[in-house]
Amino acid sequence: MLSIKNLKASINGKPILKGINLEVKPGEVHAIMGPNGSGKSTLASVLAGREIFEVTSGEVLLEGKNLLEMSPEDRARLGVFLGFQYPIEIPGVSMVNFMKTAVNEIRKYRGLPLLSSSDFLKLMREKKELVEIDSQLTNRSVNEGFSGGEKKKNEIFQMAMLEPKLAILDETDSGLDIDALRIVANGVNKLKRPDNATIVITHYQRLLDYIVPDVIHVLYNGQIVKTAGKELALELEEKGYDWIKKEYAV
Amino acid sequence: MSEVIKKSLVNDELVDAFRKNNAVIFEQTPDFINKLRSKYFNEFEALGLPTKKNEAYKYTDIESAFFGAYKRQYSPQPLTIDIREVFTCDVPELENHLMLVNGWFYDKENKLKLLPNGAIIGSLIEATKQFPELVEKHYGKYITEQNDSLSMLNMSFAQDGLFVYVPKGVIIEKPIQLINLIVATEELMIQPHNLIIAEEDSSVSVVICDHSLNPHAFLLNSTTEVMAGKNSKLEICRQQNAHDHSVQLTNTFILQKESSFVNSVYITLHGGTVRNNLYVKLSEPHAHNKSYGLWLADKNQHIDNNTFIHHAAPNCESNQLYKGILDNASTGVFSGRILVDRLAQKTIAFQSNKNLLMTNDAKTRSKPQLEIYADDVKCSHGSATGQLDEDAMFYLRQRGISKKEACHLLMLAFADDVINKISIAPLRDEITGLVEKRLRGELSRCNRCKVNCG
Ligand SMILES: Nc1ncnc2c1ncn2[C@@H]1O[C@H](COP(=O)(O)OP(=O)(O)O)[C@@H](O)[C@H]1O
Ligand SMILES: [Mg+2]
Repeated sequence: MLSIKNLKASINGKPILKGINLEVKPGEVHAIMGPNGSGKSTLASVLAGREIFEVTSGEVLLEGKNLLEMSPEDRARLGVFLGFQYPIEIPGVSMVNFMKTAVNEIRKYRGLPLLSSSDFLKLMREKKELVEIDSQLTNRSVNEGFSGGEKKKNEIFQMAMLEPKLAILDETDSGLDIDALRIVANGVNKLKRPDNATIVITHYQRLLDYIVPDVIHVLYNGQIVKTAGKELALELEEKGYDWIKKEYAV
Repeated sequence: MSEVIKKSLVNDELVDAFRKNNAVIFEQTPDFINKLRSKYFNEFEALGLPTKKNEAYKYTDIESAFFGAYKRQYSPQPLTIDIREVFTCDVPELENHLMLVNGWFYDKENKLKLLPNGAIIGSLIEATKQFPELVEKHYGKYITEQNDSLSMLNMSFAQDGLFVYVPKGVIIEKPIQLINLIVATEELMIQPHNLIIAEEDSSVSVVICDHSLNPHAFLLNSTTEVMAGKNSKLEICRQQNAHDHSVQLTNTFILQKESSFVNSVYITLHGGTVRNNLYVKLSEPHAHNKSYGLWLADKNQHIDNNTFIHHAAPNCESNQLYKGILDNASTGVFSGRILVDRLAQKTIAFQSNKNLLMTNDAKTRSKPQLEIYADDVKCSHGSATGQLDEDAMFYLRQRGISKKEACHLLMLAFADDVINKISIAPLRDEITGLVEKRLRGELSRCNRCKVNCG
C-alpha cells in the first residue's frame, strides 16, 4: 500500500532524513519508535507534503501513486491522514465548518455526492460516539482552548470523519493520562480495516499495550536502524535507547 | 509646480461653490444652523483641506481625493425611479429603514416619525422645523474640540441627515437603520450630517449603510454627532459598501456622559478611498467605549481608520480592535490616539490593530499614540502585521481542504473577530455573508437588494 524507497529530506540545507525505506501493506499497523530528534515527525511531515522540507531523493508511492508530486490537499484526498504531534489552534474556524469543508472536498475528489447538512451532522454524531469525544468540543473553534488530551482526541475524531487509507499518528499518546490513552487507542482499533493501514509514531512502549503493531521500526539519526516484531517494544522499554545510540553513533 | 496649483484649486473650488450657492444653502436651514455654517466656513477657508503635511493625514491624500468633477445638489432633486422598488434591505430585524438619497431624506416618506414614547426619528432638516430648540441644543455641539477641516467643510455645506432623539428612560428595541444611498447619473459630492441624541437611561442602536446605485464616482463627506447621556446604552454600526470610484470620508464624534456605554463597529467592505475619523470623549466617570473596525481592500484601494479616544474623567474604559485584510496593491492605515488626562485616574484603555497582507504589494501603516498624564492607569496597545499562519494553512490542507479554501477560512476567521462585536444578530449574519462573498471576490450585495455594490 505504502512504499518508501531511499527517502532523503532536508531543511534549510540540513539533511534530516537520510535514506528511509519502508513497506506497509493493507491492514497492517506499523510503529515507529526512536529517541527525540531522530526525524520521526519529519518523516510524517514529508509524507503529508509539508513544503518547508525539501525532498532531495527517493520515492513514495501510495497504492502506486507518486505522493511526492502532489499537494498536501491531494495527498489527504487520496487518503493520507496525519495526526499532528502538536495540533494547531485555529480561532474563528468552527469545528463544524472545518470538518464539513474537509469531508466534502474529499468526497468531491472521490466522485461522491456532497453531504447535506443533516447527513453531515448525523455523521458527526456517529463518529463522536465512536471515538468518545466530548460533544461540546465540536461546537468550538478548531482546537481553541482544548486541553492536550482533547486535542489528541480531536485528531482521532477527524481521522474517524475522513476515513483515511493511511493514517500516520505522530505521538498521539504523549501527554495523555491512562483514560485518554485508552480512548485514543480504542478509536484507532475501531477504525482499523483490512484495506487501510496505520503508522503510529511513539516514544513509549505504553501505547503499544493498547495498539498492537505488526511491525516495529526504530528510527535513529534519519534512518531506520532496526525492524522487528512487537517484542522489540519490550526490549526498548527495558534497555532504553542508549544502546541504539551507541551502536549507531555517528 | 503644477501639482501645487491643482491642489489649491480644489480648495478654491469649494470656497467658490459655497459663496455662489450661498442663498440656496442658507434658505433650507434655520438661523442657528446658518450661524454655525458661516463660522465653520470661515475656519475652513482659512485652513483648507488637510494635506499630507498634517501629521494626522500623513498617509492619505485628501486633496487628491477631492479632485474631480463633482456636482453638488443644494436642494433635493426629483428622482426618476422609485427607490423602494430597487432597494430592499434583507435584514429582518432592522425595521426602521430610513433612507437618505444623495444626502436628502427620501421625499416619498414621512420625514419625521414621532413615536408614542417620545422618540423622534427622521430627517434633520424636518427636525429643525418641528423641534428647533431641541436641535439647536445639540447641533454642532460635539465637534467643537476638533480642529479637523473635513468636519468644518461638512458644517459649511451640510443640510439634511439623520436625526435621532431618544428621551430619558426610553428604550428602542429595534435597531434604526439608515440607508445612505447614492443614485446619480453624474459625479456627486454629498455631505450629510447625522445627529443622534440619547438621553439619560435610554438605549438605541443605529445602523448606517452606505451604498451606491450606480458606478459613478462620488465623494461622501459625512459627519455624525452622538451624545450618549448618563447610563445610556448605544450601538453604532456602519457598513461601507460602494465601489472603486468612491471617496468615503466619515467623521464621527461621540460624547459619553457618566456610566454610558457605546459600542461602535465600522465595517468597510468596499471603497476606493476611505477615511474614517472617530473621536470619542469620555467626559464623565465610568463611561465605557468599545470601538471596532474591519476593512477589506484589494486592487488599489486605500482605507484609513483614525481614532482618538479622550479619557477626560476617571474610571472610564475604552477597548479598540481594528483589523484589515489587504490584497493586491491596496493600502490600509490605522492611527489610534489615546489621551488620558491627568485627572482621569483608574483609566483602562486597550487598543489593538492587526493586519493581514495577502500579497507583497499590499501595504499597511499602523500608528498607535498613547499620551498618558494620569499615573494610575491600565493602558496598552499592540499592532501586528503578517501573512496567513503557515501552520494553520498546512493543518487545513492536510485535511483535504484546498489552498484557496484554506486561505478563505483563515481570512474569514480573522474578520470574524470584529464582526462578532456587532450585537445585532441578523446584521452580524448578513455582514458575515457579505464579507464571505467579498473575500471570494464575488459581488457582495445583500440578497434581495438590486443595488450593485461591487
Ligand atoms: N522546522 C525545522 N527547522 C529546523 N530544524 C528542524 C525543523 N524541524 C525539525 N528539525 C530538526 O530535525 C531533526 C528531527 O526532528 P524531528 O523530526 O522533530 O524528530 P522527532 O520527531 O524524532 O523527535 C531535529 O534535529 C530537529 O532539530
Ligand atoms: Mg516528533
